[in-house]
Amino acid sequence: MQNLYQFNAGELLSLYRENKITQSDLVSSVKKRINEVDKKTKAFVKVIEEPKKPKTKGKLSGIPIAIKDNICIKGLETTCCSKILKGFIAPYDATVIEKIEQEGAIVIGKTNMDEFAFGSSTENSCFGPTHNPWDLDRVCGGSSGGSAAAVAADETILALGSDTGGSIRQPASFCGVLGLKPTYGRVSRYGLVAFASSLDQIGPFAKNTFDLALLLSVISGYDERDSTSVNKQVPDYTKELRKDVKGLKIGIPKEYFRDSQLDEQAIQPEVKKAIQKAKDVFESLGAQCLEISLPHTKYAVSVYYIVATAEASSNLARFDGVQYGHRAVLKSREGQNIVDMYMRSRQEGFGPEAKRRIILGTFVLSSGYYDAYYLRALKVRTLIKEDFLKAFQMCDFLIAPTSPTTAFRIGEKINDPLRMYLSDIYTISANLAGIPALSLPCGFDEQGLPIGLQILGKPFDEEMILRAAFTFEQETSWHKKRPNL
Amino acid sequence: MNEFEAVIGLEVHLQLATQTKLFCGCLVKFASEPNRLTCPVCLGLPGSLPVINEKAISYALKVALALNCTIGEIVKFDRKNYYYPDLPKNYQISQYDLPLASRGSLLISGDNSKKIRIRRVHLEEDAGKLIHEEDCSLVDYNRTGVPLLEIVTEPEINSSEEAYNYLLSLKTLLKYLEVSDCDMEKGSLRCDANISMRVKDSSVLGTKTELKNMNSFKAVRCALDFEIKRQSALLEKGGAVVQETRLWDEEKGITISMRSKEEASDYRYFPEPDLVPFSIDRQTIETVKSSLPELPQEKALRLRQRYKLSEADAQFLVIEPKLVQFFEDCCKVYQKPKIILNWIKGPLSYEINQRNKPLEELKLKIDDFLALIKLVDNNTLSNLSAKSVLTIMLEEFKSPKEIIKEKNLDQVSNESSLLKFIEEVLAENQATREAYLNGKTNSIMFLVGQVMKNSKGKANPKIVKEILEKKLKGEKNA
Repeated sequence: MQNLYQFNAGELLSLYRENKITQSDLVSSVKKRINEVDKKTKAFVKVIEEPKKPKTKGKLSGIPIAIKDNICIKGLETTCCSKILKGFIAPYDATVIEKIEQEGAIVIGKTNMDEFAFGSSTENSCFGPTHNPWDLDRVCGGSSGGSAAAVAADETILALGSDTGGSIRQPASFCGVLGLKPTYGRVSRYGLVAFASSLDQIGPFAKNTFDLALLLSVISGYDERDSTSVNKQVPDYTKELRKDVKGLKIGIPKEYFRDSQLDEQAIQPEVKKAIQKAKDVFESLGAQCLEISLPHTKYAVSVYYIVATAEASSNLARFDGVQYGHRAVLKSREGQNIVDMYMRSRQEGFGPEAKRRIILGTFVLSSGYYDAYYLRALKVRTLIKEDFLKAFQMCDFLIAPTSPTTAFRIGEKINDPLRMYLSDIYTISANLAGIPALSLPCGFDEQGLPIGLQILGKPFDEEMILRAAFTFEQETSWHKKRPNL
Repeated sequence: MNEFEAVIGLEVHLQLATQTKLFCGCLVKFASEPNRLTCPVCLGLPGSLPVINEKAISYALKVALALNCTIGEIVKFDRKNYYYPDLPKNYQISQYDLPLASRGSLLISGDNSKKIRIRRVHLEEDAGKLIHEEDCSLVDYNRTGVPLLEIVTEPEINSSEEAYNYLLSLKTLLKYLEVSDCDMEKGSLRCDANISMRVKDSSVLGTKTELKNMNSFKAVRCALDFEIKRQSALLEKGGAVVQETRLWDEEKGITISMRSKEEASDYRYFPEPDLVPFSIDRQTIETVKSSLPELPQEKALRLRQRYKLSEADAQFLVIEPKLVQFFEDCCKVYQKPKIILNWIKGPLSYEINQRNKPLEELKLKIDDFLALIKLVDNNTLSNLSAKSVLTIMLEEFKSPKEIIKEKNLDQVSNESSLLKFIEEVLAENQATREAYLNGKTNSIMFLVGQVMKNSKGKANPKIVKEILEKKLKGEKNA
């Protein structure tokens, strides 16, 4: 007999309907699993001792869910895995928390992440790294690494993360689970501690496409508290899932497979092969694949690190020790003025990657540099967006690798920021363009590490990429593989 | 020797009297308990997001349109980044390259009326307030996020007097629009000034200084006067003005250097990603435009034509929208504008000044006010008594009739009652009486005065004089 924690949300909802299980059966099963394996994965930064029983019934009734630690939950510490926010108890719920609780979900804990979502490996966390359930010496990806690892290790049924440049898709790929970044504006950002406001989106992690669609349906929708959320009707994404890609046109961006262009980091041959195989699967089901071009792809990483750090430098200015979070205790020989307090608090509170990005962002916005960096980056961002819109005139969705490699070793890239940044090379463009994209398992490399297939769609066409994922999933069984822990 | 001329630009910050703050639902209220009017958004807590208050936009549009501005095609906000403990996010949401409105003008009244061009009008959020204690500083975030409208002139004001008149005219206009209480003491209206000196009639601008910390229009005028003298003296000696920000020290009556250009922050403006730019459609602009009230300058013109008032009288009235309304309401009932105007300019203004309260707070009923004027016009009440009746009206909120009855203030016009007073006075003032009889006819006024005094102002001086003349002439002839 399988343990309850091994089921997916769809199965569990059936078991509930048939009165075969109770909420406490499921919660204790999941908690038992956390107790057993979280010491190995370190996916959670906080496990809620007595999870709140849902007050209302709904689409997620009784389903345990883990939340990335940059999403505010009223009464709980929200640290973004940064020392500077230690002790900050959120006085309000993020909109997504309200929504999932309204639908009966049970929040079981908060998951590890790179500090303020700055990173691709969850190594930049003040709580230490999360370990990849497939190989504990390897990273789980990032920045939503804790959420991805928790789902992969069966420590939760569902999870929420946030994606600014690949922070949901890349860890989903590394951990062999599904993760989706919605269209910018699809999900309210209210209550998500901002990294780069024009790129951030909250999105779901799950063990299969149905669950992914289910959680997306719940968290999507216009929110009057977030002006950037879009007032557009939300379909029930689970209703649109069908195994059918016949006659659909699939774009394959040639820039994502050219090894020569990626001097610093060529695509891992096994990854390339797995994507080729995925293409074959789609073609065998009657889809037509065509090579397309996204000519400005080569600028994406540069544009991203200008736009994202500029916004981050401003978003993180509020962490100054005045109202909340870490405040430095000034020694008497130092001045007792406010500037010393700011400097020492931030010096002590932020980790090295946060400091690096704040400095970079401050620089690109400085007078005399603004036009050459920030303004130009915005222009190129528009070009990248146009690349996609042009491509979508010819095809229904795109497929690409999620990451050029499978999970790397802990410590391997931590001292080489540029190499680390390049691990997001295939995911960043979707954020710059604001389009939806997901990652789902499509194979394993020789070392038994999962490979992720990225599916990118038109703005607000989450239905299409979910349908593509569902079709692929029906034809393969990669998503059913679980690590031995 | 070169003659210098001042070149002044003014920046006014106006708190808009919306019910709620610019980006959240917190109430805008003055003098509340510290940090009561706050929420995650105006406290800048992690994860919170701003949402624009549409009322603030419509208030801002009112001002911009009343200042004849062109409304921008797109409303876009920017972040102004700087660290200060009264600014919880350490950036202020403001507008940078695309202000809400630009290229307007304001006609200033005064001895020389002049059109001052408005460079830009933009919306931004106010900061909190720091309270400095002996061993610490406290922050009150109640004011954080209150909508502020910044109104910037072109640098084409040439004297402190002009600056003062601009501020007066602007304040008057703003009062008509009912978008702010315009109270400098409460900080709902603040003004900074940029000033440089140039050789008269030259087109080359000098180095400017920025003046801050002026808490009244008078302070603005004094600070500018000081700065004009200081800069002129420097230049005359062949020295140079340093570009810097200077603070007005009200007590000492001088400006003091606060920071130089080199120390100024780089605000790293960039578009606010949390607010989506939007456009204001023509329809909205037309609706706001058509909802604008009659503005002071139009009103002054109409008053002159309709009531045959002088320019000075018209200007006197339009400064206070409530006053001009009162005047016109009175004229509707009692068609004697000159008399009403004189009462408003004289006794009523005196009472307003004495009480240091605006007209609307005096709770003066138009009917009572007109009843009082009519009592004087039909000789029931002397001017002098009427003034004291007005005082009592404003203290006891009674009608003039009631007061007159209570205090027995009716003007005495009937001859027999007056005769009693007149005889008394004649008996007491034999010398004056003789003088009159000997041809010093002017001395009769002294006698009238005495009668007024003895009757406690109730006697009708005109009739007293008539009776006295009749009586004394009779004696002379006898």
